[in-house]
Amino acid sequence: MVALGILLVLVLLLVVFGLLFRLQILTSIFSGSFVRQIGTSNRINAILFIVFMVVGGGAFAWSFIDNYGKMNPAIASVHGHAMDNMFWTTMTILGIAFVITQVLLFGYAFKYQHKEGRRAFFFSHNNKIEIIWTLIPAVVMAALVFAGWKEWTKITGPAPKDSVVLEVMGKQFNWLVRYPGRDQKLGVINYRLIDASNDFGFDLNDKSALDDFTVNEIHVPKGHPVLVKIRSRDVLHDVYMPNFRVQMYAVPGMPTKFWFTPTLTTEEMRAKLGNPKFNYELACNQICGRGHFAMKMIVVVDDPEDYVAWFAQQKSFAEQNPDVLASFKQKSQKLVGNVESATPVAAAVAHVPTPIAL
Amino acid sequence: MAANIPTNAQAQGGIGVSVPTTEHDDHLHHEEHHEQSFLSKYIFSQDHKTIGKQFLITGIFWAILGGTLSSLFRLQLGWPEATLEWLTPVLGKWIEAGKLNPEFYLALVTMHGTIMVFFVLTAGLSGTFSNFLIPLQVGARDMASGFMNMLSYWFFFVASVIMFSSLFLETGPAAAGWTIYPPLSALPQAIPGSGTGMTLWLVSMALFIVSQLLGGVNYITTVINLRTRGMSMSKLPLTIWSFFLTAILGLLAFPVLFSAALLLIFDRSFGTSFFLSDIYIAGQALPNTGGSPILFQHLFWFLGHPEVYIVIMPAMGMVSEIMATNARKPIFGYRAMIGSLLGISLLSFVVWAHHMFVTGMNPFLGSVFMFLTLIIAVPSAVKTFNWLATLWRGNIRFTSAMLFSIGFVSLFISGGLTGIVLGNAALDIQMHNTYFVVAHFHLVMGSSAFFGLFAGVYHWFPKMFGRMMDEKLGYIHFWLTFLGVYLVFMPMHYVGIAGFPRRYYAWTNFDSFSQFADLNKFISVAAILAFFAQFVFIFNFFYSIFRGRRATENPWNSTTLEWTTPIVPQHGNWPGEIPAVYRWPYDYSKPGAEQDFIPQNVPYSKTQSSNLPYEREMAD
Repeated sequence: MVALGILLVLVLLLVVFGLLFRLQILTSIFSGSFVRQIGTSNRINAILFIVFMVVGGGAFAWSFIDNYGKMNPAIASVHGHAMDNMFWTTMTILGIAFVITQVLLFGYAFKYQHKEGRRAFFFSHNNKIEIIWTLIPAVVMAALVFAGWKEWTKITGPAPKDSVVLEVMGKQFNWLVRYPGRDQKLGVINYRLIDASNDFGFDLNDKSALDDFTVNEIHVPKGHPVLVKIRSRDVLHDVYMPNFRVQMYAVPGMPTKFWFTPTLTTEEMRAKLGNPKFNYELACNQICGRGHFAMKMIVVVDDPEDYVAWFAQQKSFAEQNPDVLASFKQKSQKLVGNVESATPVAAAVAHVPTPIAL
Repeated sequence: MAANIPTNAQAQGGIGVSVPTTEHDDHLHHEEHHEQSFLSKYIFSQDHKTIGKQFLITGIFWAILGGTLSSLFRLQLGWPEATLEWLTPVLGKWIEAGKLNPEFYLALVTMHGTIMVFFVLTAGLSGTFSNFLIPLQVGARDMASGFMNMLSYWFFFVASVIMFSSLFLETGPAAAGWTIYPPLSALPQAIPGSGTGMTLWLVSMALFIVSQLLGGVNYITTVINLRTRGMSMSKLPLTIWSFFLTAILGLLAFPVLFSAALLLIFDRSFGTSFFLSDIYIAGQALPNTGGSPILFQHLFWFLGHPEVYIVIMPAMGMVSEIMATNARKPIFGYRAMIGSLLGISLLSFVVWAHHMFVTGMNPFLGSVFMFLTLIIAVPSAVKTFNWLATLWRGNIRFTSAMLFSIGFVSLFISGGLTGIVLGNAALDIQMHNTYFVVAHFHLVMGSSAFFGLFAGVYHWFPKMFGRMMDEKLGYIHFWLTFLGVYLVFMPMHYVGIAGFPRRYYAWTNFDSFSQFADLNKFISVAAILAFFAQFVFIFNFFYSIFRGRRATENPWNSTTLEWTTPIVPQHGNWPGEIPAVYRWPYDYSKPGAEQDFIPQNVPYSKTQSSNLPYEREMAD
């Protein structure tokens, strides 16, 4: 019934609009302005362009300034600062080009509006001016490309040898994270070994997998390069950490990586922003299904000492899941028929080198 | 009527290909003898003008649908907490307990993109105007193959029906984004839309590609072979140049999408592993190994990037033409305009991987593609400067078409500039897949191509239907739309710089993305209002077809050949001989000329007073 009412109202509105329109046409036929090609409307449109430019430009400038503080995610990585500088330098250059071209466009539209008796200037080309305005953007582009290329090669270059390593694995719809443990080596994983108790697909026959540990919250040390290895176990995901200016796809079957150096601990950032609830967040930025918009993980940047302490507290996956470990032992015993199996977990955890060079 | 149509072999003699035209003329004679039935005149028509209108009206249908979908998801983004219970009569089970189903949200986004990019801005824009204008402006009786041209529309129609029907599936339409990246698009376990919805998407797109290729071959052949006497390539209007190059791009790029779709169909249905590897999903490890999802992206964007130029170049051509006509001034730098179109066409094939900087692609490749991408800014800049110079010292008439052309340039600048940020690999690390990208491409290819489309419709409407569209409604339509587009997409940049990811059902889960709730509401309001403003156009369009002011033969005092035809050209376009062409299409306000325009078919011998020194020799 309501739907019918709404429909009726819409139809009536349409009829009213149609009648008004018809009325307007009839009056304009009557007044003779109907067939005139260039009338007052030409002047009104020309003026509207100027109004649009001034009011619109003003509103844009105001809203931009008003929102500027909110639109820059606080930077917390070394390369983030360089990127941010380049971004706003580029935006400034673009802003200048934007203002010049838009002002000329609207200005010309107003200034050269039709005037009775005037003839347009027959001006078909001018090689000199065309060469100049081809060269200027070319030179500017060359400069931008060069700056961008330098930064890009630096960011995507090999990670420092002493980087803290961790691995993020995307799945529908959350992130799994593991650290290499004391041996600083990520163990072998295999997607065929994944099941409810072994989310990551650890192959516990591999010694270096024995001390790998998984976490629900990423911890990284401040001021130390961090190498994030990235995988996906189902569809594409995308590791996106806006505060660190980090982004890299998680691709099933093709491990990827990204390294960065955090510059502010979570506590420092909280103090800086005056927001005691602030957290660094890791978001998924490639459409992956129903829960795409909720694939969040908290990233904590610790002082190096805290990080070492945190690291020391973690218990390896094998230790926390003795059943899984046992099933691997059984399998390997069956296969090899030999009792000499994987090193006991305790032994792997026994010698404790610091996870990072302090 | 039939007696009036002579063989046009001599009219076409200048280019030395007369065999197909003679044959074609016989066919014409034959057809003109008896009254055409409704079916062959309006439905299965082989007349390029009717086919163009068919594309246009189908495109309008799709545009309304695509716009409606965007209004729906803007409701969700603007008011993530609100209840959408009232939409249940329309969306049915996709509203769950007053909330939009998140998977249906993704389907909305996917279908909005697919519909707008392919069905509206490719078929609706270049399908309409390439069909309508190429024979009229090059001086041909029809396309090289009227039959293939008809097939082109009907393949599009079938593709449309299939795509449309996918909206009503139990499992919903395709929902993996318009870029349909596998594995999401390959595995129904990952998202229900990747079941039958995706199958229909792929089938529909395959037919769509066939339609594009049939059309493209025809456009290219017609431009190369059926130009009238005197119409050399350097006398072609810029519209034709842009349609011609667009068709070449389509012909080279669409088959690659076809191959990608084919391989995806194999992966989905026949157990191959082109794009699938090491996947554990829904409690099961899949047997596929060795495939690469990134390979799909390379194939997709090999089409996908030229595709954005397929969308924008026809608009560029039409805007150039409309600007020159209404500024009463030659287009500035005609050759530079053609050169930059050629440059864009060429470069558009070697920049695709700038969509993939952060996919894990080798960083060296990233450097190469960054370099090539930023080069493409140069021809685009040249075009912009040339449009500005065309306005300079003109005598501008603000017809609705001219307003939309100026709007096009404005939006092209606004959206194009930010492309320089996104083409820079180092900056793309932060901006990739954020709303900055969304704002960028909606301005530079979405809105501006739409503006080109509107400009074209307002400008050529008199030739299509013999009547004028209402100018006042045109002004209202323009100003509401122009304002609306800027109100939607300028603030969207802020949201993007703040890192808001695209294709998010809601941002409320993240503290990082919580500061712009108001702005998102604002964007939604502006978007929905701008969408409703389009109904002014729809009304104007259909009203004017039947009751608009009657047009004259050449209402805009334009120089190109289509305005030498009768008010409503019949099949065959010119009742008599096809006019020969003597001059370039932009002799506006030539000093010494009687009027402020000299049509292309006026020989130099008749315009002694206005001939330039080098033209005097040609007059003899």
